[in-house]
Amino acid sequence: MTVAAETGARDAGHARLPRGRAWVFGDDISTDHIAPGRLFHLRTDLLELAKHVMEDADPQFAAAMSPGDFIVGGRNFGLGSSREHAPRIIKLAGVGAVLAQSFARIFFRNAINVGLPVLQCDTSAIAQDDELEVDLAAGEVRDLTTGAVVPFMPLPPVMVTILEDGGLVAHVKKHGGFALPGA
Amino acid sequence: MSGLTLAEKLLAAHAGQEAVVPGQIVVADVDLAIAQDGTGPLAIQQVEELGVTRVRAPACVFFIDHAAPAPRSELANAQRTIRAFCAAAGATLSDVEMGVCHQRVAESYAKPGDLVIGADSHTCTAGALAAFATGMGSTDVAVGMASGKTWLRVPETLRIVVRGAFADGVAAKDLMLTIIGTLGADGATYKALEFGGPAIDAMDMAGRLTLANMAVEAGAKAGLVASDATTRAFLAAQGREPDWRPLAPDPEVAYERVLEFDAAAVVPTVARPHTVDNVAPAAELAGVRVDQVLIGTCTNGRLEDLRAAAGVLRGRRRAAATRLVVTPASQGVARAAAAEGLFEVFWEAGAVITNPGCGACVGIHEGILGDGEVCVSTANRNFKGRMGNPEASIYLASPATAAASAVAGALCDPRELL
Ligand code: SF4
Repeated sequence: MTVAAETGARDAGHARLPRGRAWVFGDDISTDHIAPGRLFHLRTDLLELAKHVMEDADPQFAAAMSPGDFIVGGRNFGLGSSREHAPRIIKLAGVGAVLAQSFARIFFRNAINVGLPVLQCDTSAIAQDDELEVDLAAGEVRDLTTGAVVPFMPLPPVMVTILEDGGLVAHVKKHGGFALPGA
Repeated sequence: MSGLTLAEKLLAAHAGQEAVVPGQIVVADVDLAIAQDGTGPLAIQQVEELGVTRVRAPACVFFIDHAAPAPRSELANAQRTIRAFCAAAGATLSDVEMGVCHQRVAESYAKPGDLVIGADSHTCTAGALAAFATGMGSTDVAVGMASGKTWLRVPETLRIVVRGAFADGVAAKDLMLTIIGTLGADGATYKALEFGGPAIDAMDMAGRLTLANMAVEAGAKAGLVASDATTRAFLAAQGREPDWRPLAPDPEVAYERVLEFDAAAVVPTVARPHTVDNVAPAAELAGVRVDQVLIGTCTNGRLEDLRAAAGVLRGRRRAAATRLVVTPASQGVARAAAAEGLFEVFWEAGAVITNPGCGACVGIHEGILGDGEVCVSTANRNFKGRMGNPEASIYLASPATAAASAVAGALCDPRELL
């Protein structure tokens, strides 16, 4: 289940680029859509919680998606609660990356901390089921169905450092504290 | 050089710098780090992953408030983990009877000038006490607890200036819903909101806490109010006057934007399903059927809020088809409300009074909604599924509007019942 999620982060620059199907959601997808509060009791069992990922946005998603597929959001993806369980179960479910026009602040930070690629780009022309290819090195998303190429915003250097170190805990362990560019 | 906003002053002080500018990355000293029973177990796991056995931030507090007391065994077990960790690692425990984390932080833990991080998005509530307080995930908070430090991007500041006086039946909640309706749910993403002006100077601490609490609903990283005589009186009432110190933004500040609001023009306002910025005057929604009313939460579960609700409910009863749930935000609030006879008013009005805590707000227990049901809640979020059922609808309102809606059995402008 986790194999595809790993490739999303690590295949940059390799011959085989992460590829998958687009699952299109609208604006304002909240952490309640992603990891509903009524499943609060599953928060200490993330594998089980991952079976319900995105349930209140699309009850079919968890069962119908394939590892490596992409979640495509609109504006303000991940707004709401600070629950880090939301990006964690997206990653655990095998989603390759989340693409959105914009992200809510806490979700964005959490995603980087847990190693889930989150790419800010113009998602307006991506349709459900389009085949996408994400080229992290080139900084672009290719819609293989329509032929469109969309650049995504480069991550801030701080975020790149944390992501490259394998998440925040790994970063702190590696350096014995924070070692962030610019700080 | 231009002066510093409240957020900039606080972050500069905690980063050991003279001044900071928006966009700058700082590593800052944490005064208080908090987590709750939903985010705590994962934070504990991460502290352990870091190989740390004693927490290092000056104060670390775990609140068991979301599912308090535990409605099922999985949650009871998660809470055991929290209690054991607190005892072993030197963290403070606020157990099931004490109430919602953000209310407890304001009452007992945060002070002006602090840097507060919390594994709960409404940690920004403590900004009402002129603390830089922000919500993060479990991993960020775990690192803060374990090392006493966190990293932050210095936010741009939007100054919200409020003049004029509120009309009867209009409260801080109506103002904040109006502000969020203007800014939009992502209008302040990555930024700090700084509230000021004569109406804020005149506002009690309960109202200021409501404003700061909902800063995150506009996407903001923090919501701040200067520390003044009102702050001092609030801390003194909690037996914490020595924690007070004055704190204000510099006079000459280049804010990113200044937005002005007239309190006198604010009307009872409601956020319609399923986003907080989907606002409308309560009067325009009159007649929308209501199955349940929730008065409580970290947004509006304070004594002043319960008084406002009781003011509408006194001598009245809820509509036959409308359940009324009252959840005081903390034990301190519950005691004070009981002592001044407010519980009697609620019981006479047909209310259920629950344990202080998050209760129905986050859809775990004590008031989950049925399919197709409509709730008027004094909480801060109305996202689909928020109260435990994606087939239900939530309208957000002030305590007075919620109470009036319970009486009418439908959405109601409280000024009709004053
Ligand atoms: S009362 Fe609601 S919004 Fe406040 S901390 Fe509890 S669950 Fe979160």
